[in-house]
Amino acid sequence: MTIGDTAVLTGRTLRHVTRSADTVITTAVTPIAMMLMFVFVFGGAIDTGPTRYIDYMLPGILLITIASGIAYTSLRLFTDLASGMFERFRSMPIARSGLLWAHVLTSLAANLISLVIVVGVALIIGFRSGADVLGWLAVTGILVLFTLASTWIAVIAGLTAKTVEGGSAFAYPLIFLPFLSSAFVPTASMPGPVRWFADNQPVTSIVDTIRDLFAEQPVGDDIRPALAWCAGILVVAHVLAMVVYRRKIA
Amino acid sequence: MTVDHPAIRVRGLAKSYGTVEVLRGVDFDVARGSILALLGANGSGKTTTVRILATLLKADAGTAVVNGFDVGAQAAEVRESISLTGQFAAVDGVLSGRENLVLIARLRHLDDPGAVADGLLRRFSLTDAAARRVSTYSGGMRRRLDIAMSLVGRPAVIFLDEPTAGLDPEGRIEVWRAVEELVGGGVTVLLTTQYLDEAERLADRVAILREGRIVVNGTLDELRRLLPPATVEYVEKQPTLEEVFLAVVGRRA
Ligand SMILES: Nc1ncnc2c1ncn2[C@@H]1O[C@H](COP(=O)(O)OP(=O)(O)O)[C@@H](O)[C@H]1O
Ligand SMILES: [Mg+2]
Repeated sequence: MTIGDTAVLTGRTLRHVTRSADTVITTAVTPIAMMLMFVFVFGGAIDTGPTRYIDYMLPGILLITIASGIAYTSLRLFTDLASGMFERFRSMPIARSGLLWAHVLTSLAANLISLVIVVGVALIIGFRSGADVLGWLAVTGILVLFTLASTWIAVIAGLTAKTVEGGSAFAYPLIFLPFLSSAFVPTASMPGPVRWFADNQPVTSIVDTIRDLFAEQPVGDDIRPALAWCAGILVVAHVLAMVVYRRKIA
Repeated sequence: MTVDHPAIRVRGLAKSYGTVEVLRGVDFDVARGSILALLGANGSGKTTTVRILATLLKADAGTAVVNGFDVGAQAAEVRESISLTGQFAAVDGVLSGRENLVLIARLRHLDDPGAVADGLLRRFSLTDAAARRVSTYSGGMRRRLDIAMSLVGRPAVIFLDEPTAGLDPEGRIEVWRAVEELVGGGVTVLLTTQYLDEAERLADRVAILREGRIVVNGTLDELRRLLPPATVEYVEKQPTLEEVFLAVVGRRA
């Protein structure tokens, strides 16, 4: 019954996504604009060696897409709390974890749609990858993991927000993080402390892994920290979200 | 769960928020199939009481039994027995009226959610608006849908927390009619309100909540007997603002 209820609730939140197509488009438009600007304006000035710039920077754009998409997840959650829908569901005989999972699964679906749009535009402006099905599956897996990890952060934000703005403000640092990583510029060109931060923060290892997968290169040492970061953030954010949730509904 | 037990039994219910003692020992019963109005000023603890009975909030002390189940120890069974219409209409504005009802019917595992929804839409005069997004509904329509959603699956006990708060006179009367619709099916209703006339129109019994306790609990006749005996005076009757409003918009109570 729990799975059935979660499916019904997920169907409801998915309708929220499909009926406000503007949120899916907004999610995709900002990263697409950034991509166009970087590729056609700044890209020529950035030295990425033999790698074409569009191929170099797409992984970072994909992470920015996810970071802007999850802002809507916390917004939808906040709206459910503020409108009383959550209380209505909570006074009904349905599993309470299902309420959160519906939002998490919807976040995953909405972000995957946005990612497909962004990759589509990237292909149009010249992105190419020789990766085979397994390579694409691996990229998808990493993106799904990163989406889930960020979504649970969004759940914490949505549950604790006092205002609509507060519910989405947490996403700005996440959107900004790729700029302080190897996503757009090789870290070797950065000054000391910035470079140290960029080399050691999660985005760099994730972006480098995806780039290697797209380029059919061995992923080497990057995949382990990439997976560890994603899994670690996922577990910590999930546990924290459940603590906040229990406190909220105690 | 025996039939002669009241549908709701509340004993010594206490709840504080920090140092603010909101409920200091609330006692009342609601007989099966009757409507009790919990009357109290803004901030007197009506919503707090309802949220405890609906398993959304834990009491500090006291017991509350709903449909034979303890709200603390048997929360799941209580949730099977009740529905809550909160102080602010909890409807999904992105969905249509019909989709809102179907959603609740599916979550209550009913056999034919579509038929249940259509029946309730008819009963609450929402058939014409059924396919429209709820965000386009008037306050009275939202409230009617809200109450209709609470009837899905025929719960034994219904909580209505200030069902007419914030509505214009027309909307208020729409909701009163909707509540009167509930009576008769054997359903038990606990209704909170700030208005004596609302309690008078809808309830079998009235309990007045003040400073954390029930200070008066009785039928309307019993309550009237508490007042000084009526004296006969002749006064020119001015229409109330409500009567004027209704005359202008062309409806009658
Ligand atoms: N979550 C809360 N935290 C602190 N105080 C609260 C909270 N909820 C309600 N109160 C206070 O408790 C009192 C009773 O509130 P409530 O039950 O909503 O009253 P009513 O529904 O009768 O207007 C009010 O003074 C209100 O400010
Ligand atoms: Mg209240």
